Amino acid sequence: MSVVAIHGLTKTFPKGNVTALQNIELEIETGEFVSLIGPSGCGKSTLLRVIGDLIQPSTGTVDVNGKTAHQGRLDHDYGIVFQDSVLFDWRTVAKNISLPLEMLDWDRSKRKERVEEMLRLVELQGFGDHHPWQLSGGMQMRVAIARALAFEPPLLLMDEPFGALDEMTRERLNIELLEIWRRMASTVVFVTHSISEAVFLSTRVVVMSPRPGRIAGVVDVDLPQPRTVDTREDPHFFELVTAVRELLRGVGADEHGSVRAEESA
Amino acid sequence: MAQAGHAAAFRRETPARAFSRERVTGAGFRAGVIAVTLLALWGLWELYRFIWVETGWTWPFPVNGTTMPHVHTIFKAFDQQSRFDGPLLISVLLRAALFTGKEALVGFLMGASIGFVIAVGLVHSRLAQRAFLPYIVASQTIPMLAVAPMVVVWLQAGWLSVSVIAAYLTFFPVAINTLRGLQSADPRAHELLGTYAASRWKVLWHLRVPASLPYLFSALKVSATASVVGAIIGELPSSIEGGLGGAILNFNQYYSLVPQNLWATNLIAAALGIIFFLGVVILEKLVVRRAPVQTA
Repeated sequence: MSVVAIHGLTKTFPKGNVTALQNIELEIETGEFVSLIGPSGCGKSTLLRVIGDLIQPSTGTVDVNGKTAHQGRLDHDYGIVFQDSVLFDWRTVAKNISLPLEMLDWDRSKRKERVEEMLRLVELQGFGDHHPWQLSGGMQMRVAIARALAFEPPLLLMDEPFGALDEMTRERLNIELLEIWRRMASTVVFVTHSISEAVFLSTRVVVMSPRPGRIAGVVDVDLPQPRTVDTREDPHFFELVTAVRELLRGVGADEHGSVRAEESA
Repeated sequence: MAQAGHAAAFRRETPARAFSRERVTGAGFRAGVIAVTLLALWGLWELYRFIWVETGWTWPFPVNGTTMPHVHTIFKAFDQQSRFDGPLLISVLLRAALFTGKEALVGFLMGASIGFVIAVGLVHSRLAQRAFLPYIVASQTIPMLAVAPMVVVWLQAGWLSVSVIAAYLTFFPVAINTLRGLQSADPRAHELLGTYAASRWKVLWHLRVPASLPYLFSALKVSATASVVGAIIGELPSSIEGGLGGAILNFNQYYSLVPQNLWATNLIAAALGIIFFLGVVILEKLVVRRAPVQTA
């Protein structure tokens, strides 16, 4: 069964009559790591928010775990990580991770146990009593990931989570994220504007084109698992990066882009 | 040198510890600042007196023992009987301050609670905001001196009616600021709670209220002093004599004879207001956990 199934999705914003997404068809299977990539204005963040039922589609259907996206949200079927960590200043790291568990009315001892587990998972043992402002940007992002996964949602949505971090932190967190993904056996939808990040992380890269936002093409990433620092030096890695780059270049030229969009539709 | 460098690096790495250390040295420093300021004010007062008395200037008013008593005369008044055969002025005033303090505290707590509840009610309904906000603002344009007698008529004269008058002054800044604070949370934080399908109450309790605390406390600081003023003014139409309002009325009548008594009363009233203010400041330090403002 698909974790995410999107059919005939169109989203227009009434303000200025903007078509953010047009005729999107996408199915994501359990255990996949799918990246959405494209220039700004291609609607990749909008698509993520539609899956999360934070934005309502104009037409088409979006199913999560075989239910409507709305029901999926009510059932806590996904965790989300934004570009900024969006941690609560007034809560400690441990309390921030425990936030969704409090929302789900877990009892105290169960919460405490899970928070400890999550701190171990993102390698922040001993930082539970710190406040967010005492952590570096990379550590804050790890707290945000721990928070998103604390209640073991089957789906993890990530909206350019590492976009604000420096390159080195970003590459280290990429490897950590894959490790977490393998251990939690969850499905990830990952929005990014970095080609190499998309290829390195994903099992599938969905390339999107702007105005209106469409799927311009899909690249299957058949690099072996688990991916390591060596993966980035694999010749096949460069081939795949080039493939994604070519697709993105096509997106710039209007004709080319629309042809591909019709192919995928 | 090496040690100093090491210490500096250590402080950078543990902001929490560096902070408490600054706070300790800051406390002594601040006490010094307060002492120096008070001395300077005393000096200014006496210097002004001296110049105006010596030169005989009459602008803006002639200076003498009635218009501007010596600072030491005012302080000496505490240690003298307020009337023939009566108790010392300081004990009269402290008792009055305690009485007014009770009225003000009850009024402050009532007003703050009402203001908070109003803010919570308004934040959930734009319609309610539009409907009620103008009247809440209008309530503060009515002079206290017009409201106080009515409260006394409704509730009968007594310390509780004084508290209600104090609450009337307190609730407004709390309501307006808390409303603003409840709306101040990051929209993405709201989006995050939306992904948890959090109920309205959970959003209120876990996001809106914590986000509003800095706003709430800045309002409480304004209200703390306003409630003292409200209690003093409220005592006047209630003809309550046991408080600072009664003392002010009383010593006002004898001002031309013993002006220092009124000045002494004002000092106590000011001290009461400052105590209220400090109470809120301390509470804020205990409750609000926020990123320290970057000073370096």
